[in-house]
Amino acid sequence: MLYFPRWKYTLIAIACALGFLLSAPNFVPKEDLAGLPDWLPSNQVNLGLDLQGGSHLLLEVDVDTVLNDRLEALVDDVRQTLREARIGYTGLGHAGDRVTVRIREQGDVEQAMTLLRELSVPITANVFAAVPERDLAFEENGGRISIEMTDAARTERLNSALEQSIEIVRRRIDELGTTEPVIQRQGTDRILVQVPGLDDPQRLKALLGRTAQLNFHLVDTSVSVIDAIQTRPPAGSQVLPLVDGSGGSVLIRRRVMVSGESLVDAQPGFDQQTNEPVVSFRFDASGAKRFADVTQANVGRPFAVVLDNEVITAPVIREPILGGSGQISGGFTVTEANDLAILLRAGALPAPLEVLEERTVGPGLGADSVAAGEIAAAIGFAAVILFILAVYGLFGVFANVALIINVAMIFGLLSLLQATLTLPGIAGIVLTIGMAVDANVLIFERIKEEAAAGKTPINAIDVGYSRALGTIVDANITTFIAAAILFQMGSGPVRGFAVTLAIGIITSVFTAFTVTRLFVSIWLKRRRPAEVPL
Amino acid sequence: MRKLKLIPDDTHIPFIRMRFIAMIASTAAVLASIILVAVMGLNFGIDFRGGTLIEIGTEEPADVADLRSRLGGLGLGDVQIQSFGAPTDVLIRVETQPGGASAQQAVVDAVRAELGTEVEYRRVEVVGPTVSGELIEAGVLAILLAVGLMLIYIWFRFEWQFSVGAVVALVHDVVITLGLFAILQLEFNLSIIAALLTIVGYSMNDTVVVYDRVREKLRKYKRMPLAELLDLAVNKTLSRTIMTSLTTLLALFSLYIFGGEVIRGFTFAMIWGIVIGTYSSIFVAAPLLLWLGVKRDWSGAGAGEPGQATSGSSTPAE
Repeated sequence: MLYFPRWKYTLIAIACALGFLLSAPNFVPKEDLAGLPDWLPSNQVNLGLDLQGGSHLLLEVDVDTVLNDRLEALVDDVRQTLREARIGYTGLGHAGDRVTVRIREQGDVEQAMTLLRELSVPITANVFAAVPERDLAFEENGGRISIEMTDAARTERLNSALEQSIEIVRRRIDELGTTEPVIQRQGTDRILVQVPGLDDPQRLKALLGRTAQLNFHLVDTSVSVIDAIQTRPPAGSQVLPLVDGSGGSVLIRRRVMVSGESLVDAQPGFDQQTNEPVVSFRFDASGAKRFADVTQANVGRPFAVVLDNEVITAPVIREPILGGSGQISGGFTVTEANDLAILLRAGALPAPLEVLEERTVGPGLGADSVAAGEIAAAIGFAAVILFILAVYGLFGVFANVALIINVAMIFGLLSLLQATLTLPGIAGIVLTIGMAVDANVLIFERIKEEAAAGKTPINAIDVGYSRALGTIVDANITTFIAAAILFQMGSGPVRGFAVTLAIGIITSVFTAFTVTRLFVSIWLKRRRPAEVPL
Repeated sequence: MRKLKLIPDDTHIPFIRMRFIAMIASTAAVLASIILVAVMGLNFGIDFRGGTLIEIGTEEPADVADLRSRLGGLGLGDVQIQSFGAPTDVLIRVETQPGGASAQQAVVDAVRAELGTEVEYRRVEVVGPTVSGELIEAGVLAILLAVGLMLIYIWFRFEWQFSVGAVVALVHDVVITLGLFAILQLEFNLSIIAALLTIVGYSMNDTVVVYDRVREKLRKYKRMPLAELLDLAVNKTLSRTIMTSLTTLLALFSLYIFGGEVIRGFTFAMIWGIVIGTYSSIFVAAPLLLWLGVKRDWSGAGAGEPGQATSGSSTPAE
């Protein structure tokens, strides 16, 4: 047990040196890291959001909206199909999760079913199914047809909405220019967003809280807005609020003339005449053509720019806009114009996102936490070292050197793995420092016992180490189980705690068992002591 | 070098004889804890209850009464305001608002609108009702899973009696810690779950060390009465148990005192856990073996450890 072949000796020395080398970058100021030679490790420990400041948001895609949109589109498709085939119908609409329609003439039902079935498309989600699943299920009962989305179709729909949302969220956050944001899918309908070091979390939420669905509609001038509000808007029209601060409303035609999907670019700028912040935009080719057609046909009539069901502006078309570009002015501030441009460039979300959970830490508190953690760790470390020294003397020196190597290894591994250090993570390290000596205490107490029983020093030390090993392994595996569960179940900072705890267990078993044993064996060989100084 | 000696090398404390007192004390504490948790309830933080927490920093020492009246007038329901650490730090807690996730977000906007930019927003946490429910579930599941896995691990490595004894000691520790949180009405949040799991790990660690020694002595002294044998094992591991608890406590106290307000609750739970975990490994886990009646016949004993038989017989003084 106490004999170390040269290769083992070398390996242990290399492992310890690596620990120091890997942890070294953490003591170099960040700006100097780039100046180091390439072969030196330059990874610093990743500070968690609670230590460097930043925002953690858990967003949820509004599932109802996604499915509702799909059903509304389906209603439109059914209407169009039946109209084209000149089949009389009544009671077309959607309720719950199905679309229903009643065919007037019993004789048309057969044909209607055949035509409507064509609306259904195979689902690509399950390529291994023998019969490809289709997205719609039909049912007919006495002229009443009901169409339902299949479960597979629903899942696929939500899936694609989620992926699209993640993409849009990523584009919007990238525009903020922060470093290393984390954007992750979570479960079936959630997105986790972590943005480090952000000084204005409100702006982040404002950017993510809007769908940014931009559409151009014609204004309905057939009745006055007041009449429309008091009685009922004409069929195919609706009243939307105007957001210029006047508190007014506009009656618009529901039909989308040009949709925001045709936008290829949007930039903030200033109006050349009024010097007011505006957003200028450009359409793609087909959008430009539609925009030209619509404006040409409606010169002299007001045209509404609608963003997320609010009218931004409704100017009168003075002349056809043929170039495929235009600008929106709506009494914006510079930041508003800037953010609107970001939203339009990034594209619209398929459904609204809701913030389920927010955790934001200001940069000041983060820095305070780091400082407090450093002080606590240093004092705890010093106290433990002095205590061990007082109790075990020379062997305490061995244990303490092992403890220092242990801490270096923890930092080295954290830097290497780019694991995130959180405030509870610092607590994990401090706890490890306290518990790391456990293995040495077990060994030393055992040696003391064996020596007291009359064994020679070499014999006592040898037996002490080998007997303690089983106990050390058993005792640490149980703590490791706790750490593993914490990692699996926890989120954010708690996970950070689990990581440092787990790393600490591994390194402390290595240093306390192997490294001290090496020291002790060297000491035994050189001194050949007559008794164990414990 | 004169060394510090906390525990004499050879102790003969009759722990097992104290088992009835310990049992009464532990049972009473566990029952009291269950009653306390049932009656007073735990002071759940926003992680489990949902709601909003905002920590602000002010230039001058904060006027809590003024803040209370200003924020109380916002119509947000129950608004708790308390100073937190330094006199310039204030913690604002707002209960979950009726309505979905966006209603919770509106709280932050309302508070920001009221306090404006005159204060520094040090920390903002908003947990919606859906998430808080899931967090409770995950927390409870984590603890149960940890206890279950350890039960299995100990059962494999030892015998079922050890496994039961260790887990009873664990549950004892967790329940009493919950009781302490109930009576002191300390905030119970996600990091406390982390602390509880660490206590579970530590308590188990301590118990395993004692049990390991019990098993060794069982192999060695086949005829020694179990009570005497347990005493021997506990006494032999006593100095280690105390030493490790002390170093861990040293580190944790430093964290408690200097580590900042944010993790104070977390460190408090762990300090308490170390104390109760150490107690339970001696006074709960060991006596339980006596009641459960550990099997004395260890087939293949010492097979994996050559030298044990000889070293055992050469130390009759033990």
